[in-house]
Amino acid sequence: MLNIVNKSPLDRGSLDACLQSAEPGAILLIEDGVYAATRGSAGEAKLKAAGGKFKLFALGPDMEARGIADRAMDGVTLVDYAGFVDLVAEYDTCQSWL
Amino acid sequence: MKFSILINEGPYTHQASDSAYQFAKSVLAKGHEIFRIFFYHDGVNNATRLTTPPQDDRNIVNRWSKLAEENKLDLVVCVAAAQRRGIVDEGEAKRNGKDATNLAPGFRISGLGQLIEAGIQSDRLVTFGD
Repeated sequence: MLNIVNKSPLDRGSLDACLQSAEPGAILLIEDGVYAATRGSAGEAKLKAAGGKFKLFALGPDMEARGIADRAMDGVTLVDYAGFVDLVAEYDTCQSWL
Repeated sequence: MKFSILINEGPYTHQASDSAYQFAKSVLAKGHEIFRIFFYHDGVNNATRLTTPPQDDRNIVNRWSKLAEENKLDLVVCVAAAQRRGIVDEGEAKRNGKDATNLAPGFRISGLGQLIEAGIQSDRLVTFGD
């Protein structure tokens, strides 16, 4: 499954809920969710603690809009909207953790 | 592949309307089909033609109408959510005794069954919201 997280881990518990509950698969961070993929952040620590259970993606345009595109953590792949569509198509199901 | 999109957040709130719009455009650009875009909860506020954003800002409502016209998209607004928030077409105005309508071009008001059908008929249903 593709898990889509759109809120910052500093704002909501949706990333925590996803990491705790979701089956192994992929996580795509969009909107304020991209803050979790910032190098050195608390979100990065949580994503790393998940230990490769998920392939990690973040929406590049949303990282650029927030001025953090050059601070993406290791292990996260930046995608554009076309890549977002490809991910949704690639995985059989998707879940938005709202 | 057949996509449907569910939007649960109003325009100019956080980013859901914008994300959904960019996603929808990319779906079409990649040659996929959009079966339906369903507006639910505060998402129904995407369908009022009475918004007037500043001229140098994006016009989220008109943008949906234009995308629908150009690509023959089915934009469906949940009737119960619309009634609560004052999103009205001619039929609803008559039924509820309202003196005006505000549904933007390209949208139609219908029920939740349309969302369920979108989920069944589409290969993927992607949710954007708050």
